[in-house]
Amino acid sequence: MSAIESHRTMSAPMQSTSKLGTRLKGVALHTAVFLLCLVWFTPVLSLFVTTFRSESDSSRTGWWHAFIEWRPVLSNYVEAMYLTGVGRSVVNSIVLTVPTVLGTVLFSAIGAFTLARMRFRGRIALFLAMVGFQVLPPQLVLVPMLKFFLALGLTGTFIPVWIIEMGLTVPFGIFLLYGFFASIPSDLVEAARIDGASEPRIFLQIILPLSGAVLASLAILQFMIAWNHLLIPLIFLGSGSLSPLTVQVASLAQTNAGGLNTLTAATFISVIVPLVLIVTLQKYFVRGVLGGAVKG
Amino acid sequence: MTSQILQLVLGLLAMPAIVLAIILPGELAIRRFPQKRQSSLRPWIWLSPVLALVGLVIAYPLAASIVFSFRDATASKWVGFSNFVWAFGSAMRPVLFNNVLWIVVFPLLTAVLALSAAIMLDRVKYERIARTFLILPTAMSFVAGAVIWKMMYTYEPPMQPQTGTLNAIWTAITGRMPIAWLIDRSVNNYALIVVAVWMSIGVATLILSAGVKNMPRELVEAARIDGAGEWAIFRFVTLPSLWPTILVVLTTQAIFSLKVFDIVYVMTNGSFGTDVIANRMYTELFVKQNLGTASAIAVLLLILASPVIFMNIKQIKSGGGE
Repeated sequence: MSAIESHRTMSAPMQSTSKLGTRLKGVALHTAVFLLCLVWFTPVLSLFVTTFRSESDSSRTGWWHAFIEWRPVLSNYVEAMYLTGVGRSVVNSIVLTVPTVLGTVLFSAIGAFTLARMRFRGRIALFLAMVGFQVLPPQLVLVPMLKFFLALGLTGTFIPVWIIEMGLTVPFGIFLLYGFFASIPSDLVEAARIDGASEPRIFLQIILPLSGAVLASLAILQFMIAWNHLLIPLIFLGSGSLSPLTVQVASLAQTNAGGLNTLTAATFISVIVPLVLIVTLQKYFVRGVLGGAVKG
Repeated sequence: MTSQILQLVLGLLAMPAIVLAIILPGELAIRRFPQKRQSSLRPWIWLSPVLALVGLVIAYPLAASIVFSFRDATASKWVGFSNFVWAFGSAMRPVLFNNVLWIVVFPLLTAVLALSAAIMLDRVKYERIARTFLILPTAMSFVAGAVIWKMMYTYEPPMQPQTGTLNAIWTAITGRMPIAWLIDRSVNNYALIVVAVWMSIGVATLILSAGVKNMPRELVEAARIDGAGEWAIFRFVTLPSLWPTILVVLTTQAIFSLKVFDIVYVMTNGSFGTDVIANRMYTELFVKQNLGTASAIAVLLLILASPVIFMNIKQIKSGGGE
């Protein structure tokens, strides 16, 4: 009896200490998350702030001084766009990326449709090959592809870059779409088949309309990959008049031409499109990343 | 500029045109065959654009690289294993060692940070916003990340005002000399790895977050009722059930460490003892114009990546591929 009594009287202060403990843990948790976000965002912020600082300010003080004395200038953007060829590179990046994305989605979709919805010998082997090809280092394709496109006289056009970027991503694209296409109920497809629908019709009128979200995921992932790649365009387009943003910014960074602040403006111009995409279309990006991870 | 626009239009028209030009005539051609023959021919017609693309961009270069790696600088005569002897020789050894450092440090650091982030974000209500902050660097090119971190690492001589963020913090807190992060050989490789970690946490956290959310809640609750502390729950419940997902993150980052190029190319171009295999391959190919050694490096990358390739295939196979 007395044991229960004493337990009862004891429980009140014990509970309050554990409440304090939970609260302390909560504070620690929020602080840690806040610090993580702060550390991750600071470099982005430093770039953004520096694009609006004058060269003389930047050479004397760190970027955070902009918060103390705010003297914004736009000259860095003007110089980047007109003097360093970044304006032209924006166009080149679009010419490089948009057909690549379209082709990747098309080729992956017909590949995944065939592997997921048709039965034939070698189906599993081809699918497993696609799984393996995803992980191949892209360096492997450089020498043979360079010889091949030099022989065809196609270097200095966007064609080799489109083809290589597509070829490197299509195995992943097939893998990503395969899971979704295979999960579409057979009844739907069978019913259409009995009604006399041909395979192209089934693909265009049943499979594709159901797959908008997963196709968007593949498109946004390939957009970021192609827009952000350096090595392939560096080799096949060079740093001349056809160079996309990555190549242009890398060459500005290495030669130090135009000064640091112009370089930051050029860099910010190069990241603004993917940044906007990842914030606004985050849902599709997340889906693509999770759908593509090879699960154990 | 007009040539660029023309190429854009050409590209946009060519992609669907190629696919249609193969599949439509193919479908018409097999219509004359009996049903059974049709369904055995159809997959190959539909797959032919994909097989042509993957054959050209992946299968052919795979075979050709192996052949070139046994030939001389201009791929004109056989040289046996001499390119590989060079690849493992004294010139390449420090480069290989740097990649070993990347392969050990980068995946571990990324996995530990991403796992902590995933577990912490799971417990706060503003997960989506916090996650966006972590993903932002992922959307940028490695070139942009390298430019940003070159600024973060800026070094000014001692007694000068430090304009780089890290040296400003370092000198203010410790009162010591500023550090030349990208030149000082005791830190510069780690400084480059940090850039890669900063850019890779987003995706790694997404994958691990999905794992955390799929964890059986009852297991954690049962452990908590049994009086297990937070650490014990992490060690004996969270970690084992997340292990397959952690392995996915580790292997992905290990492969990335093998082929890391952009960050090193832009930040140091391999000087001050920071060179890596992929940057060295670029040098061999474009500065020294040696197809043989460049191909040997590519084949070396393939050999190093192959355990992960086979592991992934095996996992998909045992999962039934669906």
